Amino acid sequence: MSNVPGDLKYTKSHEWVRSEDDGSITVGITDHAQSALGDLVFVEPPEAGSEVSSGDACAVVESVKAASDVYSPVSGKVAASNDALADSPELVNQDPYGDGWIMRVQANDPAELESLMDAAAYEATLED
Amino acid sequence: MPFIPHNEKDIRDMLDSIGVSEIEQLFDEIPDALRLEDLDGVPEAMREMDIQRLMRSRAARDGSPLCFIGAGAYEHHIPAAIWEIATRGEFYSAYTPYQAEASQGTLQLIYEYQTMMSSLTGLDVSNASLYDGATALAEAALMTVRANRKSKSARILVAGAVNPVYLKVCQAIAGNQGLLFEPLGLDIETGLTDLAGTDAYAGEDITALVIQQPNFLGNLEDVDRLTDWAHSLGAMVIAVVNPISLAVLKPPGEWGEQGADIACGEGQPLGVPLSSGGPFFGLLTAKKAFVRQMPGRIVGRTLDLEGRDGFTLTLQAREQHIRRSKATSNICTNQGLMVTAATIYMSLMGADGLEQVASACLANTSRLVERLDSVDGVSVVFDGPRFHEAVLRLDRPVAPVLEALAKRNVLGGLDLSIDYPQLGNAFLVCATETKTAEDIECFATALAEIMHQARVA
Repeated sequence: MSNVPGDLKYTKSHEWVRSEDDGSITVGITDHAQSALGDLVFVEPPEAGSEVSSGDACAVVESVKAASDVYSPVSGKVAASNDALADSPELVNQDPYGDGWIMRVQANDPAELESLMDAAAYEATLED
Repeated sequence: MPFIPHNEKDIRDMLDSIGVSEIEQLFDEIPDALRLEDLDGVPEAMREMDIQRLMRSRAARDGSPLCFIGAGAYEHHIPAAIWEIATRGEFYSAYTPYQAEASQGTLQLIYEYQTMMSSLTGLDVSNASLYDGATALAEAALMTVRANRKSKSARILVAGAVNPVYLKVCQAIAGNQGLLFEPLGLDIETGLTDLAGTDAYAGEDITALVIQQPNFLGNLEDVDRLTDWAHSLGAMVIAVVNPISLAVLKPPGEWGEQGADIACGEGQPLGVPLSSGGPFFGLLTAKKAFVRQMPGRIVGRTLDLEGRDGFTLTLQAREQHIRRSKATSNICTNQGLMVTAATIYMSLMGADGLEQVASACLANTSRLVERLDSVDGVSVVFDGPRFHEAVLRLDRPVAPVLEALAKRNVLGGLDLSIDYPQLGNAFLVCATETKTAEDIECFATALAEIMHQARVA
């Protein structure tokens, strides 16, 4: 069974979202997603400062068998991206909810987060 | 043995097992409006024997004229060993095989090819080749749109004289994907990119600049200056090069302060015959930072489970069989057989041999230009440094003169009046290492006679 922490929000496309104290959100891919992709060899995060829209493909995670898009869960501005992934993409496999985070986004409308799934709802989609 | 192994019964069994009565039903989802009853202009099937006779008679009509046309496809000497080796059963396939890793020899050859192309262009990585020089340029332009993340415009500037056919192909492949190709203009005094207007681009969002070296008219551009200028705008630089010329010219990876970002070009000069225009192959190399945006196949070297050297297709995750519509390109094949010939050609020639070929081309073209310039009514248009092509001008329209030359078995050059009307009655000539002093004399004598006869008449 994959790990689905209770304090995070989730998307159908397997991103997780954590609300930070400064009002920004941190985004990564779930344990289920990293495990399905297999060993990552490359992560292409968005440029800090770029604008993203909810549902946009804004990052790419590439494993030995597939390259998949990471979709922005909200509309806003990319505040930071995880530079450590350039040299160590395996962080996403080893610690998907921690050091393997992909980007930090300043959401235009914090209410957008309400529409995301909680852990129980996300876990239910994995069982389908 | 029939080429299609399914007999009527096999087909019937397959249809029965999927519950379909006729093959045609499999295509039901294609609307009638999109269907053609018959293909226009396609004749009835012929017997192999008749086809061979027809093709031989057509080939005979080509004759074996003395060719002084270059313009993107070049007649070079091809040592007999090259196609003797390339057509051996072990190599003789047009594609990288399916289950590529089962064909280690093929992969090793492609790996060697990539290494040679990287060395020639001075860039870090090469793919396993593309269809031809024109499609390689289109793919390079698409690469810059993905790789230059600071630029949002998809505006691709094109230096003065880039092969006009390449630009048509780029427009066909990339025009509908939103790429804008903008020519910088040609200085008709020098035959080089017009630098007068470049200041106007300061502060503009430009994705890339395409520089052909030597340019389509054979002249050598100030590639260092153009490269640095493009980089100062935040644009990437795409070099379009002739691989033979790289034996004597500065490789794109060393242009300007930072070098060109991508190099592409036509690989045909490396051991591939002209054969009525193809098959040729496109070369594509880039700085390592852009390898993930590079389309096509790339072969890598690795170790197997027992620690032995082995070769593998690498970075496939962005190809279309995995990434579908989001692949870096919908062309993920390569010209395996042409690359085989090119790799054998380069191995056989070595660095010294390539340099000798390039130097002989340069010397022959100088001889040709000097000789033709002495013919009444013929003048050399540009006097700057060039490689193995040059523009000449006549005191009258070019087309009838070229036709008259062709009747004397001399292909005298490419008429430039359609693509470069501003150059007047101009045509482009080329002499590679294949042309002897007698060949040049034959061309000059024929040209002099034609010019003289026309004057008398």
